[in-house]
Amino acid sequence: MSQSPELEGPTRRRFYVSAIYAIGGIIGAALSAPALVYLFSSPKSRQNSQWVEAGDVASLEPDQPVELVFHRNRVDGWKVVSEKGTAWVVKNPDRSVTAFGPQCTHLGCAYHWEASKDEFVCPCHNSVFSLDGKVLSGPAPRSLDRFETRIEDGKLLIGSLRPSSGIPA
Amino acid sequence: MKPHWEGVAEWLDRRTGVRTALRHFLAEEIPASSGWRQVLGSVAVFLFLVQAFTGVLLAINYAPTPGDAYNSLRYILTDLTGGRLIRGLHHWGASMMIVVVALHMIQVFLYGAYKKPRETTWMLGVVLLLVTLGYGLTGYLLPWDNRAYWGTVVVTQIAGSAPVLGPYLTRLLGGGGAVGVVTFARFFVMHVIVLPPLTLALIALHVFLVRKHGVTPVPGDELLPRKQFYPGQVFRDTVAIFVAFAVLFTMAVAVRVPLEQLADPSDTTYIPRPEWYFLFLFQTLKLLTGPLEVVGSVVLPGLAVMALILVPFIDRGTMLKVTRRTTAMAFVALAAIGWTGLTAMAVATKPAAAPATEIDYSGPTDWMQLSPEELAGIAYFRQENCVACHAIGEGGSKLGPDLTLTSIHRDAAWMIQHFKQPGLVRPGTSMPAIQLNDAQLNSLAAFLLKLNPRNATALRNAPDFATQGALVYQANDCGSCHRVNGVGETVGPALNGLSRRRSRSWVEQHFADPANLSPGSMMPPFKFSPKDLDNLTTYLLALPE
Repeated sequence: MSQSPELEGPTRRRFYVSAIYAIGGIIGAALSAPALVYLFSSPKSRQNSQWVEAGDVASLEPDQPVELVFHRNRVDGWKVVSEKGTAWVVKNPDRSVTAFGPQCTHLGCAYHWEASKDEFVCPCHNSVFSLDGKVLSGPAPRSLDRFETRIEDGKLLIGSLRPSSGIPA
Repeated sequence: MKPHWEGVAEWLDRRTGVRTALRHFLAEEIPASSGWRQVLGSVAVFLFLVQAFTGVLLAINYAPTPGDAYNSLRYILTDLTGGRLIRGLHHWGASMMIVVVALHMIQVFLYGAYKKPRETTWMLGVVLLLVTLGYGLTGYLLPWDNRAYWGTVVVTQIAGSAPVLGPYLTRLLGGGGAVGVVTFARFFVMHVIVLPPLTLALIALHVFLVRKHGVTPVPGDELLPRKQFYPGQVFRDTVAIFVAFAVLFTMAVAVRVPLEQLADPSDTTYIPRPEWYFLFLFQTLKLLTGPLEVVGSVVLPGLAVMALILVPFIDRGTMLKVTRRTTAMAFVALAAIGWTGLTAMAVATKPAAAPATEIDYSGPTDWMQLSPEELAGIAYFRQENCVACHAIGEGGSKLGPDLTLTSIHRDAAWMIQHFKQPGLVRPGTSMPAIQLNDAQLNSLAAFLLKLNPRNATALRNAPDFATQGALVYQANDCGSCHRVNGVGETVGPALNGLSRRRSRSWVEQHFADPANLSPGSMMPPFKFSPKDLDNLTTYLLALPE
């Protein structure tokens, strides 16, 4: 067979081509839009922020940080895991209480309280924080993060961890 | 001047030849008679791509082990935006793919397009049909709900009953006839790791052969000028794909795919049903019982597949116009009647299923943390209409004090005294005495003591089945043996996470006759009214882990 293939007229051909692209675009959008939402939207939280008891406020000495251990449930995807958490807790002179997140704001190492120097010291890269969490020296970019706290019936309740503002203190 | 991208495309083509290859592909010459009836192959490929795309999206949030599989799918359905839609597309896409592949096959069969030199194209097509069914079979287990579990139990039993091969198949499918972690892992690997690349290779080979021999002409085509694949035929393919996609998308949005209770191997009442496209086989099995069973489960399907593969060698006559292929038409008609009849019979004899309770985990779940006593307290609270006078946090009546603030100042003894004789405890109060017995007042007090501004929403959110179920729980003193949310004794098993372990029917039957289902159990039988039984069971199955 040596006949040349039959070609459609230019108008019809143009119509075909634009229809192919249009339909392809519609299907592409209808598939990718839900996929993007599915991938990038955060999961609906199954529980509100949880308050857990960390100890008696009365047992705290003013300006003497102590590391308190508490247990809390954390939603991890399709599981709820029960895990141990810690906070460095300071009773301020005005009787309010501050609870710092237990990780250095530099690279996440665990820091500790040096009672002899009245400073929080991180052993990894020598970041030093004051009693109110401000950076005194070292590479830490910002003050220590703080837990939400409240006091009820003399008990300290710990809420979620709030990152301190990114501005170097 | 040429647009900039044109230069880039030319550069890329000189280096890779990709554009020339695409042009060559699109410039294929096809017979003059080609048209709408040839679109089905393209639609099948498109549906396969949709399955691959949605499958990857599902796998991103899926844990492929029993139990976790179920929980992660539930997470996809209730916690993730768009999760239900994507699962719907995957579920209905599977069904549609079977339909389109079957229609494609029927079209090729009716036109005799399997004849020389296209025998291998046809045979590969039959293999692709089997692969498609293989996806359906292995994917069915992956949600790990009762439907998935019991359906797969039947399938593995059938495989085990095959003559000669039975024991080997059983071992391949994960051992001793029981469906567990091993079988699950193998089905998952088959569905996600083995079949997809195999399918891609088979499709590539199938399309290669179609191109090698060209689209099948019909008698008379030789005299007419040939057409180009692009854009006319591509346009028809695209329109057909769009129609298929529109139907699929509508199904995914409108028809909710259920997730049943977690798989329960001890559930003796579950009646497994296969997916609709396997119903005809299911019905054949019902008709052939006893020694004939193996005929229905293995011999007939095996022969049917063999016959399909051998079609090009059975019918070796010359190409005829489709209107003169009466034998082929008769075959298709017979097969269609047989399939429809068997499927209709299976549908007609479907036993009425017990109404499954699907617990809506997307709603607020704070009430789930309350103890049964506190939940029963909510029931009394509602029954006594306390909110008519008392505010619960913000808003509400200001006649009595806000009850979210009272618990800090009062103890249970004070409250119960107050319920019984309000005037004695608080002279001058307008509160009427509450007419409940001591145990009931205890529940009410337990709930009020726990009430604070933060958990007050549980009071509004607790569904009636939970508060009523908790009432039954309290009335029958279940807490003297069982523990819920850390409250109660540990003589019997703790009841949190019951839905993971037991099905609804098991729980209901267990109430009536515990010793029968749990030999050695010291639990006495309970006879509840249907309403109490329903509320209590639903409540217990809703308890979180």
